[in-house]
Amino acid sequence: MAATATLELLQLEPPGWGAPLLRGLMASVLIALGAYGLGLVLGLIGAFAKLYGGPVARDLAAVYTTVVRAVPELVLILILFYAGTDAVNQVLLSLGYDRIQISGVAAGIGVLGVVQGAYATEVLRGAIQAVPAGQIEAARAMGMPPGLIARRVTLPLMLPNALPGLGNLWLNATKDTALLAVVGFAELTQTTRQAAGATKAYFTFFMAAGALYLAISLLSGWGFARLERRARRGQPELHS
Amino acid sequence: MPEPSAAPRSDSQSEAIRIEDLHKSFGPLEVLKGVSLTARQGDVVAIIGGSGSGKSTMLRCINFLETPSAGIIEIGGERVAMRPDGSPADRKQIERLRRSLGMVFQSFNLWSHRTVLENLIEVPVHVLGVPKAEAVAQAEALLARVGLAAKAGTYPAYMSGGQQQRAAIARALCMNPRAMLFDEPTSALDPELVGEVLAVIRDLAAEGRTMILVTHEMKFAREVASHVIYLHNGRIEEEGPPEALFGAPQSDRLKQFLKSVA
Repeated sequence: MAATATLELLQLEPPGWGAPLLRGLMASVLIALGAYGLGLVLGLIGAFAKLYGGPVARDLAAVYTTVVRAVPELVLILILFYAGTDAVNQVLLSLGYDRIQISGVAAGIGVLGVVQGAYATEVLRGAIQAVPAGQIEAARAMGMPPGLIARRVTLPLMLPNALPGLGNLWLNATKDTALLAVVGFAELTQTTRQAAGATKAYFTFFMAAGALYLAISLLSGWGFARLERRARRGQPELHS
Repeated sequence: MPEPSAAPRSDSQSEAIRIEDLHKSFGPLEVLKGVSLTARQGDVVAIIGGSGSGKSTMLRCINFLETPSAGIIEIGGERVAMRPDGSPADRKQIERLRRSLGMVFQSFNLWSHRTVLENLIEVPVHVLGVPKAEAVAQAEALLARVGLAAKAGTYPAYMSGGQQQRAAIARALCMNPRAMLFDEPTSALDPELVGEVLAVIRDLAAEGRTMILVTHEMKFAREVASHVIYLHNGRIEEEGPPEALFGAPQSDRLKQFLKSVA
C-alpha cells in the first residue's frame, strides 16, 4: 500500500531515508544558528558604526550593507564560498602553510552570517533610533559610561522594536541554508534531493522537507513571541 | 560688558556650581551669549525666561548634555577640562561630575523597561558599586519620602505623570548628588499633578539642598529660590533675590515677561 511504502521510505533505518534527513535538518539548524549569531554580532557592530561611528566606520558600514543587500544571496554564496575559500588558502600558502579544507559548516556559517549581518545592521539601526532619546539622555546625565548605557539601557529598550525584524531574519536564516545546496553541502534540501533522486519518491521527500521547515518556523514563532513578551515588559498592551 | 561689583561672594570651597561667560551656538544660532552663575551650597537658583531664551540650554550645559562653545564651568570647585572648541577633554571627568549632579527632566525619562525600584538602584549598583541590599534600602527610603512606597514594583508606564516625576526625583537623589538640576520639572504635567511635584521640590529646598531650577512656575520660583535669573535672548537681562526681581523688576522686558505669565 502507498501509505506503508511512504513510511518505509521515511524510516530511520536503511533503506529508509529518515536518518539522513534528520542529519540534514540538524546541519541546517546548526548553520542557521551559527549564521544568525554571527549576523547579530556583525549587525550590532554595523548599527553602532552607522549611528555613533566616525566617518570611516560609517562609510564602511554603508558599503557593507549596500553591497551585500544588493547582490542576490545565491550569487553571494557562490562568490564567498569559492572565492572566500580560495582567498583563505592563498593567504595560507603565501605564509608558507599548507592548503586547508574549510568545513562546509564553517563556510556556510561564515557566508550566511555575512548576509545576515547586513540585514541585521538595518533592523538594529532602526530599532535603536526608535528608543526614546530622553531615556538614553537620562543615563548619560547620571554618569553612566557608554558601554554600560548600550548594555543596560539602549539594547534592552530597542529589543521590542527589533524583535519582529529579527524574527524574520531568523526564519530567513533557516531557509537560506537551503541555498548551500548549490555548493554541495549536505543540509536538509540537498539531502532531500539525494533521497528523492535515489528513490524517485519526489513528492514524499519534498513534502517531508517542507514539513520539517514548517516545524522550525512554528517553533521559532512561538519562541520569538515569548521573547517579545519578555522584552515588552513594562509597556501597556495596545487594545484595538 | 564685565559685571559690576564682582566682589567674591564666598570662598570657592562652598561653591557648588559656577559658570562664567558661557557661550553656546547651534550652528549659526547663538543661544547663549555669555552667561554666568554661581550657586553656593544650599542656594536655590531659579532660571526664568521666555521660550527660546536659552534657559534649558544653560542648565544642560552644566552637566554637558549640551556641549558649550566657550566659557568656564566648575562643579564643587573643580574646573571642567574643555578643548578650545568647548567640548569636554576628559570623558571620565564628565562622567564623574555628572554623578554629583542629579538631573530631573521635563519628560521624566524613567527607563520604561525597569520598575521604579530598578530605576532607582540602577546607577548606585552598576556605576557607583553600592551593595545591592544597601541600594535597595536607600531607594525604598527615598520612595517613601516622595510618597511612592507602594509603587516600588510598578513599571513607569502604569503611573501618572506626577508619580513618574516624583520617582525621577528619587532616582536622582539616589546618587547623593552635590546639587540638583531641574529642567522644567512640571511643564509636562496635568495642572492637578503639578502641586505634588512642587511639594517634593519645596521639601528638598527646605533641607538645604543646592538646586538649579528652570521653571515656568513664577509663584514657586518666588517662594523657594534664593536667587533668580531672568534670561532673554541668551543673555542675563536681570538677576537678584526673588523679592527684588518679582517685586520690583527693573528692565522693561522682565516687566513685560512677568505680566505675560501672570
